[in-house]
Amino acid sequence: METFGLVDGPGVRFVAFLQGCKMRCKYCHNPETWNMDGGTEWTASQLFQRAYRYHNYWKNNGGITVSGGEPLLQIDFVTEFFRLAKEKGVHTALDTSGNPFTKKEPFYSKWKTLIRYTDLVLLDLKEMDSENHKSLTGQDNTNILEMAKDLSESNVDIWVRRVLVPGLTDDEAELNKLYEFLNSLSNVKKTEILPYHTLGLFKWKNLHIPYPLDGVCPPTKEQIQAAEHILHI
Amino acid sequence: MRNFDQWEGFEGRQWKEEINVRDFIQKNYTPYYGDETFLAGPTESTNKLWGELQKLQKEERAKGGVLDMDTDIVSGLTSHGPGYISEELKDLETIVGLQTDKPLKRAFMPYGGIRMAEQSCENYGYTPSPELHKIFTEYHRTHNEAVFDCYTSEMKACRRNKIITGLPDTYGRGRIVGDYRRVALYGIDVLIEEKEHDKANCGSGSMSEDIVRQREELALQINSLKGMKEMAKIYGYDISAPASNAKEAIQWTYFGYLAAVKTQNGAAMSIGRVSTFLDIYIERDLKKGLITEEEAQEMIDHITMKFRMVKFARIPSYNELFSGDPVWATLDVAGTGVDGRPMVTKTCFRFLHTLENMGPSPEPNLTVLYSSSLPETFKEYAAKISILTSSVQYENDDAMKPVWGDDYAICCCVSATQTGKEMQFFGARANLAKCLLYAINGGVDMKTRVQVGPEYKPITSEYLDYDEVIHKYDQMMDWLVDIYVNTLNLIQYMHDKYYYEASQMALIDTEVRRTFATGIAGFSHAVDSLSAIKYAKVKVIRDETGLAVDFETEGDFPRYGNDDDRADEIAVTLLKTFLEKIKKHHTYRNSEPTTSILTITSNVVYGKATGNMPDGRRAGAPLAPGANPSYGAEQNGLLASLNSVAKLPYEWALDGISNTQTINPDALGHSEEERKKNLVQVMDGYFDQGAHHLNVNVFGKEKLIDAMEHPEKEEYANFTIRVSGYAVKFIDLTKEQQMDVISRTCHAEM
Repeated sequence: METFGLVDGPGVRFVAFLQGCKMRCKYCHNPETWNMDGGTEWTASQLFQRAYRYHNYWKNNGGITVSGGEPLLQIDFVTEFFRLAKEKGVHTALDTSGNPFTKKEPFYSKWKTLIRYTDLVLLDLKEMDSENHKSLTGQDNTNILEMAKDLSESNVDIWVRRVLVPGLTDDEAELNKLYEFLNSLSNVKKTEILPYHTLGLFKWKNLHIPYPLDGVCPPTKEQIQAAEHILHI
Repeated sequence: MRNFDQWEGFEGRQWKEEINVRDFIQKNYTPYYGDETFLAGPTESTNKLWGELQKLQKEERAKGGVLDMDTDIVSGLTSHGPGYISEELKDLETIVGLQTDKPLKRAFMPYGGIRMAEQSCENYGYTPSPELHKIFTEYHRTHNEAVFDCYTSEMKACRRNKIITGLPDTYGRGRIVGDYRRVALYGIDVLIEEKEHDKANCGSGSMSEDIVRQREELALQINSLKGMKEMAKIYGYDISAPASNAKEAIQWTYFGYLAAVKTQNGAAMSIGRVSTFLDIYIERDLKKGLITEEEAQEMIDHITMKFRMVKFARIPSYNELFSGDPVWATLDVAGTGVDGRPMVTKTCFRFLHTLENMGPSPEPNLTVLYSSSLPETFKEYAAKISILTSSVQYENDDAMKPVWGDDYAICCCVSATQTGKEMQFFGARANLAKCLLYAINGGVDMKTRVQVGPEYKPITSEYLDYDEVIHKYDQMMDWLVDIYVNTLNLIQYMHDKYYYEASQMALIDTEVRRTFATGIAGFSHAVDSLSAIKYAKVKVIRDETGLAVDFETEGDFPRYGNDDDRADEIAVTLLKTFLEKIKKHHTYRNSEPTTSILTITSNVVYGKATGNMPDGRRAGAPLAPGANPSYGAEQNGLLASLNSVAKLPYEWALDGISNTQTINPDALGHSEEERKKNLVQVMDGYFDQGAHHLNVNVFGKEKLIDAMEHPEKEEYANFTIRVSGYAVKFIDLTKEQQMDVISRTCHAEM
């Protein structure tokens, strides 16, 4: 957990990182959270009590963010955590890749309950093309785009984020597609470019996993500006 | 009731009946709720003078830290002719007065100790006058000589083994803030009249020791006041009568302060809470159309330039203790009144603005008396200046006001005193980390192997038992507190006798409240070690003589700095235990005992003398400064760390609890607007919990490393960082201290 998050949602955030993720993004900066085992076990109520110690710092501009790993793999836990937060009027943000999303049961009714307690979803849209998405993350993206639409229909605010990796996720045509898609939604409050960085690289080494993007550099200022231009940021 | 033409337009009457600057301020100041857009940039004169001063500072650094020194004049109020930043530019100086006749030239001040004064000359290649040597060894005693004549052998052993440390026995104790504003509001003649009156009414005729001493001190104070008039005359000013406009008010106030730094080489020479007071005069002149905003800012820039120039001759080992040659010319802005109005004025903005007009600077030690109820505009401007310069510290007005009222000032790095009503006996600190090791080893020092403390039974078990350790620690602390308080009683007695602060005390009420400021070093390491003993298994490693020299800690344990009540409770209990023991003792002149957790960068020196600890800290490694958690202990981010420190009740450490945090600018937000808003929010949250103090640095580790490797780069000439309770130019620190700063937690989020 991090008690002092300022970039994962509005204001000062208490960020809880949940363990476990099925995506294998080539540029992941938290690979230690892939595994479902590991980390410390908390009940939702314990974690909320912990988080609420920082409510002094939130005032009207801050709250809790659940990140990962992939928090939707523990949807019951997140729902309970957010429910407790809303009881106290705390702002809630869900940072997700969308990968576990499906309209099938039992997930979908659980999802409907969760978003009742969710003020904001931070959604990573890594790639528009399904095949490319598979090669980048090991997983399909159809359900992720479906989730974005679902959130739009339910009027839940989203911040869309794109990790910009030169040569991998900065294709002009693809970015245009992304922009079109976002235009079709009614709930996008912010679009952010997160420049790819190599600060998480040491973690791959520590975990003895070969790093697939060896030699790839962070984007230049011009590359970032070009992407921002396409997305009208 | 007095009345002067100079007071035309001022409201109120109580302050005319008696000396009462607070009443004058409350009746006359204008709170400012707006933003910083009214501020003016530097004038051409300011740029020229500041440029000249920067050249001098560069020369000073090139000459090894000292530009020039006196060797044959004893510094006093009238010992020197007038001095200016530069002879050619002297007409540009709106506020005048230097400690000696030349800029940055250090005065010879032998009353604290002649050896110290001589050594500081010799260390920089100057030869002190043999006549002065003769006078101060054969004809006149000094504070230092008197203290050492009277020390017991036990006190000397404690001092040598650094279980009590940083004692003001070779240097001035400082920390006395004269109410320099009185010079401006009343003029010297009224102040003399009042002191004469007090002297006439001192006692009923029978000459007890107390009365004789008081009469003598009043005589010294009156002499000082007369001396101040002479000192001002040297610069062409007559300060007998009250100041009649803003320029005079600023100049008169500065003369009051100048008298202090000409006569005392104290460990901290603070300026006090002057901004809101001076604002009243500036507002009056602005309203009358006598001055413009540019001129108002220029005068504030110029007095600030003078504060940036205050220097003392000191020996290198002193500088090791107090890194970076600090003066603690602490100047406070903002705060709130007892009536609830914010005391933020335009001049509070103007003082912060000097950091933009003339760049960052460690002195004056600009301190914001913070409350979440201050106007947002001011809080955001202060945050902006912090992010830009890392030269501002924050102290919680909501915690201090109930104790000290609304006219207190910070007299050192973080300690509060009521202006003009109170003085403090500064008493350095006792090393509680080392005391824990003494408890384990039966009073034998792990580093020197000398029996320093009483020969209690050492702990002989292989694994440390918490209850046994606590019991022995308590006994050893009883001994330590006893010797510590008595050592201080002796030191303060001699300081009053041989190095009395006449010119500061002349600007304080005769009926003065005195506090007795003790302090704690090694706080976080003592706490974490106790936590390790309680929650993990600590095995003792002994050498062939049976002395515990190291520890092996098996298992995990909670550490102070993670908002974990298990460790934080130990911290709270330790503080309370220490203070209760102090309070049992008689303290000199019936002063009120207080304590503090605010070791400055002396943590590096204190750490050198402290052995291996059960929390894993290695022998010789720096102790964490002030109330900061230990290096690497914070695992849950900035706010968890802040919450741990905020749990220490200010009421039990009224002398201050310092906390220094460094935040990476990227972690604070993406834009300038976001950063300052977020910083304000963090401070609101921290101080609303009752926490006392926060030093805020905003930069990344990379910048520190680059500055250490390339001190010659222009951008680092004034690169200022906050350490515990004060600020320094980073390049003035020793390499060791720089490494220490770099190794401390830098809060960044990834």
